[in-house]
Amino acid sequence: MKIGALSEIFVGENRVAMTPDSALQLVKLGHTCVIQAGAGAKAGFSDALYAAAGVEVLATAADVVAAADVLVKVRGPEVAEAQALRDGQTLISMFWPAQNPELLEIVKERGATVVAMDMVPRISRAQKMDALSSMANIAGYRAVIEAGSNFGRFFTGQVTAAGKVPPAKVLVVGAGVAGLAAIGTSVSLGAIVHAFDVRPEVAEQIESMGASFVYLEFDASELPDGAATGGYAAPSSPAFAAKQLAKFRELAPEMDIVITTALIPGRPAPKLWTADMVAAMKPGSVVVDLAAERGGNCDLTVMDQKIVSDNGVTIVGYTDFPSRMAAQASTLYSTNIRHMLTDLTPKKDGVIDHNMGDDVIRGATVAKAHEITFPPPPPKIAAIAVQKPKEKVKELTPEEKRAAEVAAFKLATRNQVGMLVIGGGLIMLAGLYAPAAFMSHLIVFVLSVYVGVQVIWNVSHSLHTPLMAVTNAISSIIILGALMQIGSGNWLVVILGALSVFMAGINIFGGFMVTRRMLAMFQKS
Amino acid sequence: MEYGFTTAAYVVAAVLFIQSLGGLSGQESAKRAVWYGIFGMALAIAATLYGPGSSNWLISLVMIAAGGAIGWYVAQKVQMTEMPQLVAAMHSLVGLAAVFIGYNTHIEMVRVAGLDEAARAALEGFAAVIAHKAPVELSILRVETFLGVFIGAVTFTGSVIAFGKLAGKVDGKAKKLPGGHLLNATAAIVSLVLLVVYLQSGSTLALLGMTVAALFIGYHLIMGIGGADMPVVVSMLNSYSGWAAAAIGFSLSNDLLIVVGALVGSSGAILSYIMCKAMNRSFVSVILGGFGGTTGPAMEVTGEQIAIDAEGVAAALNEADSIIIIPGYGMAVAQAQQSVSELTRKLRAAGKTVRFAIHPVAGRLPGHMNVLLAEAKVPYDIVMEMDEINDDFPTTDVAIVIGSNDIVNPAAQEDPNSPIAGMPVLECWKAKQVFVSKRGQGTGYSGIENPLFYKENTRMFYGDAKKSLDALLPMID
Repeated sequence: MKIGALSEIFVGENRVAMTPDSALQLVKLGHTCVIQAGAGAKAGFSDALYAAAGVEVLATAADVVAAADVLVKVRGPEVAEAQALRDGQTLISMFWPAQNPELLEIVKERGATVVAMDMVPRISRAQKMDALSSMANIAGYRAVIEAGSNFGRFFTGQVTAAGKVPPAKVLVVGAGVAGLAAIGTSVSLGAIVHAFDVRPEVAEQIESMGASFVYLEFDASELPDGAATGGYAAPSSPAFAAKQLAKFRELAPEMDIVITTALIPGRPAPKLWTADMVAAMKPGSVVVDLAAERGGNCDLTVMDQKIVSDNGVTIVGYTDFPSRMAAQASTLYSTNIRHMLTDLTPKKDGVIDHNMGDDVIRGATVAKAHEITFPPPPPKIAAIAVQKPKEKVKELTPEEKRAAEVAAFKLATRNQVGMLVIGGGLIMLAGLYAPAAFMSHLIVFVLSVYVGVQVIWNVSHSLHTPLMAVTNAISSIIILGALMQIGSGNWLVVILGALSVFMAGINIFGGFMVTRRMLAMFQKS
Repeated sequence: MEYGFTTAAYVVAAVLFIQSLGGLSGQESAKRAVWYGIFGMALAIAATLYGPGSSNWLISLVMIAAGGAIGWYVAQKVQMTEMPQLVAAMHSLVGLAAVFIGYNTHIEMVRVAGLDEAARAALEGFAAVIAHKAPVELSILRVETFLGVFIGAVTFTGSVIAFGKLAGKVDGKAKKLPGGHLLNATAAIVSLVLLVVYLQSGSTLALLGMTVAALFIGYHLIMGIGGADMPVVVSMLNSYSGWAAAAIGFSLSNDLLIVVGALVGSSGAILSYIMCKAMNRSFVSVILGGFGGTTGPAMEVTGEQIAIDAEGVAAALNEADSIIIIPGYGMAVAQAQQSVSELTRKLRAAGKTVRFAIHPVAGRLPGHMNVLLAEAKVPYDIVMEMDEINDDFPTTDVAIVIGSNDIVNPAAQEDPNSPIAGMPVLECWKAKQVFVSKRGQGTGYSGIENPLFYKENTRMFYGDAKKSLDALLPMID
């Protein structure tokens, strides 16, 4: 199949859906690649680089559309682009089908197949083609960089000859992929990072990145179960929202940088950072609103612009963070696309097998063969395994502990006494019938077992193999029996005795030698 | 007079043997302890040769020398990874010797019984001991002989099969003849009946019949136990060989044999107990073979195994501060311990904390991993037991799993329906990142899926452990 990458026509979009590297990988799947001239220029990939990677460079978009069986893009198609698609052609790009029903109608009319990268189900197997995550990662990183360039101080605290610099305090709201990336970047720049999310179960992830989780004090019953909706937060309950705003208000005066990343699927962004919070912040502070495209988490956010509030707080409302890091974003996005094509080409023979039985492919495909296949049926595998409520280990009161100890002690006493009574009884029973000579041997035997048990419990774990070799060697003490018999009786006894001596001899020397070899190896550092 | 001296020598030897086992409580004292054992053995043999009831010095010495030479040679040649086979093979020798000695006792008994009073008085050596026994003592002697032969025979075939499985000469999977445990039970009952017959008549045929039955039990019992349970099997056979020696000791009225037999027997029994505990399984369920029945469908494992190459592992290791390595049987198979040691040396030289986490049942022999690491000159003070290190995983940057599977399976904790549910495992998935060096995507000996391989912080480092590590080594700085 011929894979064709189009130049992005959206103003300010610098990314490209195919890089020379990804093209090389696509060729390995049996495909050939074409690209529109200058498509990668803004991301730093020249036409010459593409040509060197074996990609055919075509002059216009129309040429590419005509030549390619599969078109790849970053942004969703414009109306004109959608209308240029032909029957049976496949388009792989972002699509946002819920927001663009009219585009869906057009591609349905045209009979094209559309694989929407933004509809890839969020299951572990599909992570490698989850473009939303890879772009969010970049956005989170870039948000910190933007904040830093608008923030007049260091992130990290320093004590210098010229005076002490306090560390910057960063609050990240929403710990999705972008939020976690922002946390990681801020922490590694040296800031003190706090983070908030409506899902209490992400507290562990937040803390693992080195930030502290901002807890709201709640009764457990008030908490929403955010995990049920596929990894995104559901709209919070009014009680929750009020409490969370109160917490933010309390934090606002302390924070130097606030990065908000809260989005709810299919809804406008929730207003979390209100005008009075901005007013409470110190002059020179920065708010970066990653939700600007959907209305913003901050009241004052202006989409695609950077504004300064009355009290000197900079509010960044850019929506093109990934595009601002076009080289990196293109590399990751093209890899996502490449993984999608890998799944679409299971036999690696250059033939697309659009298997609608596959959860990932089914979920991402929004239109196929004159039919709209959006929304997809719910995936067969739950996005996130529903967590079992953890059983709480009941704290024992001192009295209960004491009672348990006493009970355990009593049980142990009972067991021990019972065993002693039974064992002693059995031995005495044997004594009634067996001759005295036997009993004297029995005493030796029982005491030896006892000594053995006491001694062996102290052997350290790491020396168990040498222990086996030693016990093996000394169990050939059986040689004594053979030695005693070898001289008495007929030839058969002598032969069997001699053989026993021989075998025991192997064991004695072999066992002790090998133990010595092993023990000599144990060295202290 | 002579007899008193022999007994005194036996007492000294017994004390030396106990010291020898007790000394194994620490690595340093252990080096001394072996010598106690060697001297104890030398003393016991010398005293026996000097003492009453032995003659044919020449044959005895020649046989000891010949056997000793072979034992010496094997001990020098054996690879540390082949230790489990060697131990199993040596157990089989003890078992067979016990059978022979038991038969000798029987032959002598028959011979003495056929003699008249005058001839009895003229007997010397072992036969004389028998000749002086009262009828009750004789029947006890029969029981003892019978038991010695029985345990010896079970030990013999069991050890031979265990050796075959460990050496890869017999298929490691649990296998049973049709009839399963019923066959074992039948053979045991037949043996019991034959014991009664033998007690009544002293017939050689009964003894032979029981030997065949016991040989079969040993064979069938061990055939039915899978490779993962081998640590238990080997220590169990160790225990049997001790009990066989003790039984022979009773029949020969030799206290030293009884003492040592009891020591070895209880040692093996304790080892088996420790191993079973480490797998959260009852001794009976191991002996009956295979993993116990599950109570429901296993938890579905979702996600995929993500592979990583040597560069990725090297980059993570170069950045990590604390590393825990979890070796398993796969390391022994790939003979990768030298590479592991080299890796450890390099990482430690770079100032990183490197430790080893050893699960009690890692490998095919109790303590197997410790010996392999010691051979590769890994210092023993960074080799930790499971209980010592399990709490440290959450603060560890990288955990490297080399050739282990079931002992790091989180299903033991997370999935109540898993066949290994409740078995204590190394919680390596709590480390920030986990690398698993593994030959392919197969399951472990128990045949259970391992959700660890599907975890988000796990990366699979496919390939032969030794080759993978050798590829990794030059990239560590």
